[in-house]
Amino acid sequence: MAKINLNMITQRSIEEGAAMEQGKTNPNYFIACTVCEMNPEDMKKAGIWKNTNVKVTSECGSVIVKAIEPTQYCPPGLAHIRQGVWANQVVPPRTQSTGTPQYSGFPVTIEPAPSERLKTALELVQGAVGLWNGGQ
Amino acid sequence: MPKLIKGVGCPYCGSSCDDIEVLVSDDETKILEVHNACIIGTNLFHHANDPTRPRLPRKRQPDGSMKEIPYNEAIDFMAKTMLAAKKPLIYGFGSTNCEGMSAVARIAEKSGAVLDNCATICHGPSFLAIFDNGYPSCTLGEAKNRADVVVFWGCNPMHAHPRHTSRYSIFPRGYFTPKGQMQRTVLSIDPRETDTAKLADVHLMLDQGHDYELFDAFRTVLKGFDIPDFVAGIPKETIKKSVEIMKNAKFCMIFFGMGCTHTDGRNHNIDAAISLTRDLNDHTKCSIMAMRGHYNIAGPGQVWAWQFGFPYCIDLSKGTHAHMNPGETSSVDLAMRDEVDCFVNVGADAGAHFPIQAVQHLKKHPFITIDPNFNMASEISDLHIPVRIAGVDEPGVVYRMDNVPIQFRSVIKGLPGVPSDEELFNMVYERMCELTKTEPIWLAAKEDRRYPESEAVI
Repeated sequence: MAKINLNMITQRSIEEGAAMEQGKTNPNYFIACTVCEMNPEDMKKAGIWKNTNVKVTSECGSVIVKAIEPTQYCPPGLAHIRQGVWANQVVPPRTQSTGTPQYSGFPVTIEPAPSERLKTALELVQGAVGLWNGGQ
Repeated sequence: MPKLIKGVGCPYCGSSCDDIEVLVSDDETKILEVHNACIIGTNLFHHANDPTRPRLPRKRQPDGSMKEIPYNEAIDFMAKTMLAAKKPLIYGFGSTNCEGMSAVARIAEKSGAVLDNCATICHGPSFLAIFDNGYPSCTLGEAKNRADVVVFWGCNPMHAHPRHTSRYSIFPRGYFTPKGQMQRTVLSIDPRETDTAKLADVHLMLDQGHDYELFDAFRTVLKGFDIPDFVAGIPKETIKKSVEIMKNAKFCMIFFGMGCTHTDGRNHNIDAAISLTRDLNDHTKCSIMAMRGHYNIAGPGQVWAWQFGFPYCIDLSKGTHAHMNPGETSSVDLAMRDEVDCFVNVGADAGAHFPIQAVQHLKKHPFITIDPNFNMASEISDLHIPVRIAGVDEPGVVYRMDNVPIQFRSVIKGLPGVPSDEELFNMVYERMCELTKTEPIWLAAKEDRRYPESEAVI
């Protein structure tokens, strides 16, 4: 299956900020942060239909998010996941000895995953530390 | 009759808007309307009404579920856990007041902890550059009244600080800028065409991660030397034009954000930005400012620098003196090297905003969250202690992004029995002193600061 290597940045957006202040388990936070913005040209190269799920893999993990056309123009070669739980599944914790992880500018591979399911914030974080009980 | 409270400070972003008006119910328990705030601030105030807000600490049971426990039990658990730990890490403080930050220092000293704040994953590199190269900055009032050229480098205030442009940087009419936006030239340097870039007169869409080269090219042109035809993907002519705009300004203001500190280069990007500011001062007046993320994230820098001499990454585990060395004593690095054996998350959400590997490492040891709301950190914690929300039901001093202190007020009454951060930390400190059979030392600037509003304390 087609894949594409892109440069990933994870930064703030007002949708994310507004939803976060309603609570991180709020559905709006899920909608705001489970998206990966990428240029339509790049989507075409990787055989990704817009608004379908993709698998983003970095050097330290992978996450399922929904590929969308950029809400703020993204040039080809660059991808953007809004900061938050989903972005931080793939952010490398290396800090160049400054304490600040590589939130922006790390290589990722993006491939179509239309049949994969988006996980909730709780499922990802609790799942990562072995506390996820299936949402009961 | 609902009451309209004016001059309220907004506890969200670094703009710390202090012109919010909040309409509260007669009994001062509900927020009905929020005026003047952006969507994020409005949501924040309304979220305080949430009936499901936690009112009691919750402790994780052996079966993985959370069970409510009384405050004194939670305080006892926290005091014992921190004393038992060899090197606890206290992280957070993005969203609390300076009183709480000051109070937590006693606990940190008592338990030999590492004290860190959100700057460590945010503007930490800016601090490093500021130590190396100085900080020729000003207040936001000066930016509003004087700046006729505004540069946004790696920041997107339309999204992260929604009212920044209307209160301070692009639109407002100031003393020497009576025509507001008409009089200002705006430059944006960003790898995406962000909503801020759309407002700019010149947008330099550089190749992501090449900020240092572009700063260097700006400095080279400013000093009268030639540069290659393209630097960081930007044509030479555009760079020359931008430098000319900055040079001919009456007052040039550079705002920089996460685009510089999160990417390759880190502190060196900021170092170059500060040098550019200094160089520009040979031609005109120029100032630089970090776009701090939270309303009081400049606070811990101020408070702890005053208490320990360092703004963040403060290692107190030696017991004799404070030691700071980002990369060694910074939260994410400590977590990745498994050097801490207890984690206390205060007024921030490490669960959502740390890289997930760092969270996994921290979760190997006792994990305590102190936060008014449920968040990712609280949901993986061994203990979650709710507190009042600074700026909503707890007043306090906050430092705006330009390091100007502002007294925030509370607009509603706090939940009964829920302490503020400061009260909670003081109670934990007292319990620690009891357990270690030592006398508490209250070296407070003001005598009444120990329990400022005691009726809410349990």
